[in-house]
Amino acid sequence: MSINRRQFLKIAGISSILGLGSAAATTGLLKGRLEAVQDIPSPEGLTAKRWGMVVDMSKFKTPADYQRVINACHSIHNVPTFDNNKDEVKWIWTDDFEHTFPGHENGFKGEEMNEKKFIVMCNHCAMPACVRVCPTKATFKRKDGIVMMDMHRCIGCRFCMAACPFGARSFNWRDPRPFIKETNPNYPTRTKGVVEKCTFCTERLEKGQLPACAEESAGGLVFGDIGDPNSEARKLIAKHFTIRRKPELGTEPSVYYIIGGGENA
Amino acid sequence: MLDKALSGSKRYWTWIIILLAVIGLGVINYMRQYQYGLGVTGMGRDISWGVYIAQFTYLVGVAASAVMLIIPKYLHDYKTFGKIVILGEFLAIAAVTMCLLFIFVDLGQPARIMNVILHPTPNSILFWDMIVLNGYLFINLLVGWTTLGADKKGIAPPAWIKPFIYLSIPWAVSIHTVTAFLYAGLPGRHLWLTAIMAPRFLASAFASGPALLILLCLLVRKLSKFDPGKEAIQTLAKIVTYAMIINLFFLGMEFFTAFYSNIPGHMHPLKYLFFGLEGHAKLVPWMWTAVIVGIGSVIVLLFPSLRCNERILGFAAFGIFLATWIDKGVGLVIGGFIPNPFERVTEYSPTATEISITLAIWAIGALVLTVLYKIALAVKEETGEDAAH
Amino acid sequence: MSGKIIAGLIIFVALVTFPFIYNVGKANTVPESNLDTPVIKQMAVKQCIEPRQFMRAEHMQLLNNWRDSVVRSGNRIYTASDGKQYSMSLQNTCMNCHSNKKEFCDKCHNYMAVNPYCFDCHLQPKENKS
Repeated sequence: MSINRRQFLKIAGISSILGLGSAAATTGLLKGRLEAVQDIPSPEGLTAKRWGMVVDMSKFKTPADYQRVINACHSIHNVPTFDNNKDEVKWIWTDDFEHTFPGHENGFKGEEMNEKKFIVMCNHCAMPACVRVCPTKATFKRKDGIVMMDMHRCIGCRFCMAACPFGARSFNWRDPRPFIKETNPNYPTRTKGVVEKCTFCTERLEKGQLPACAEESAGGLVFGDIGDPNSEARKLIAKHFTIRRKPELGTEPSVYYIIGGGENA
Repeated sequence: MLDKALSGSKRYWTWIIILLAVIGLGVINYMRQYQYGLGVTGMGRDISWGVYIAQFTYLVGVAASAVMLIIPKYLHDYKTFGKIVILGEFLAIAAVTMCLLFIFVDLGQPARIMNVILHPTPNSILFWDMIVLNGYLFINLLVGWTTLGADKKGIAPPAWIKPFIYLSIPWAVSIHTVTAFLYAGLPGRHLWLTAIMAPRFLASAFASGPALLILLCLLVRKLSKFDPGKEAIQTLAKIVTYAMIINLFFLGMEFFTAFYSNIPGHMHPLKYLFFGLEGHAKLVPWMWTAVIVGIGSVIVLLFPSLRCNERILGFAAFGIFLATWIDKGVGLVIGGFIPNPFERVTEYSPTATEISITLAIWAIGALVLTVLYKIALAVKEETGEDAAH
Repeated sequence: MSGKIIAGLIIFVALVTFPFIYNVGKANTVPESNLDTPVIKQMAVKQCIEPRQFMRAEHMQLLNNWRDSVVRSGNRIYTASDGKQYSMSLQNTCMNCHSNKKEFCDKCHNYMAVNPYCFDCHLQPKENKS
């Protein structure tokens, strides 16, 4: 039997595809080996319909008030400190009114409000743009409303960073480990090439603890279930006038700000 | 037919070696980037996409422009384009290859790129971009290779190729619309949040791609015995003219909406690009060069006496290429990040490593284009000018 | 012409068999897993969460399942085949007992020439930080 080169290539090609394809299919089917018993969440974990945060700016008066809260987060999560703005990684930080709430500028605020710093972090939006654009679901919305990061899956495309209207996300432009001041051995670091941000301390929530920033804030950050009308956070939002960052964009942020100043603020 | 690329003049091999040298340097720099992280580039927390994604955005447009040859030739039987359709398809292949490479080098974890396929996410436009870009590459490879092969044998292409040729028409429009959707749906970036992002992209694509094709046709005529034909080049020039006029018109529309509405969010990115914002004005000379060269080139193209002079046409085509490249490849992506979500300005400059990797990918595109064109031209020269289709 | 072919064949065979030739005579013993850590020493019954053979063959898949279960599904408690429950954590559960990464994890990984990237992020125990 004599075949020419073209026929040989066709036969070889089709056999390889069939062989590899069936191998892949059978191993793929076998992959669903179930554990005998399903994994379960920690029994002491906190649950909610929708986690949110109320930032009561009246409780933030001195620089120490802010630093305590930021250090609490950045230290337990092994967030690196870089010496330049380009590589900066931050999960929670401060900025003034004009830059935190660009659409609310009113020009006649007075010096104290002009200079006052506001705590900012990921807003864990109910309709997050970052989740919408992530091509691998590396960032995703949990049932309890937290916008979570799966560092294992992130391909570092930074589409989420382009999509986030709040600038809440940081990328690891280089290996962060040399820049971590003091490592917390109970929490991982990240590696170069992945995006990170505040996760509302899921690792603490599952142990029945509040997020680190809230715990250190002496009432400045009220973390709670804003899906439950009886939670402290919800009651604060009902009682005081609050604003959220860029609500007109429709992402439905879950972080509410009691701005401070005046009786109803 | 690949063997046709393996024999060439001294000039051909010198060109290949130069390209390989540029590629080699870029590969070394990419290894540095892989080792250190994307921090070797000029990108940072505020400008998280830079030169790589900007080149990708520009080249998707160039790739889509093959449709400007396919529509007249296959839908309207414009036989004049018959000889050069293959050049457009091969340009599309080279351009899409560059697009995919630019995306790859921009990833923080490139080893995980298969996650996009392993975890399909239809709500993410990047997912669709991956599909349409790879599909377009496949279509052009299939159509180009099959039609060229038929050409070589002196027969008409097989009937089954026709559906793929027709498919490439909406597909070409889709690759650039989907790429525009990457930008146009992001709520926080006011330069990009415009309904005319995709129309702007397409207008710019249909100006830049055929402009590049004009330059390539003029070059091909000089370097080989193949003559694309004066009429074909003139028709391309007319396409470029009107596409560029529409492109400039769209830019004017953006200006009107931003500045007549006086909404700060709309104005600030354009202010930064064209006038400077809060003292930062790095891109202002770039943008005005693009506008002036672009308008100048269109004016040249509008006058038949100038357009018919192929030497002047070459300059105008280069002008269009440069203007659209600056507009999309420099202004659009970087401008979208300025000001940042906190209304602050952080500027961006690419680093030497970043530029080297960028040039290397352009060189890979040039290499692919050289090899494919060498094959196509060799076939055309063999079979003479009366190609069967 | 056949001179070129034979020369080419010789070069090809040399290249392909080079890895084997290079390693001729080198000792090639399968590494023993070293369980000499403070935590394991104190255990009455020295047993991992699953039997040794299972762990050897499946710990990669197990860890992959764990990371999806913890991060993506919010589950933290794993029920082993013997009914015992454990917290799913490479850094805080596995490495708690196996705190000698160099002697335990790395020995086999180096032998098998695999380079798992887990420890790019997950911190190694302080005692034997490599």
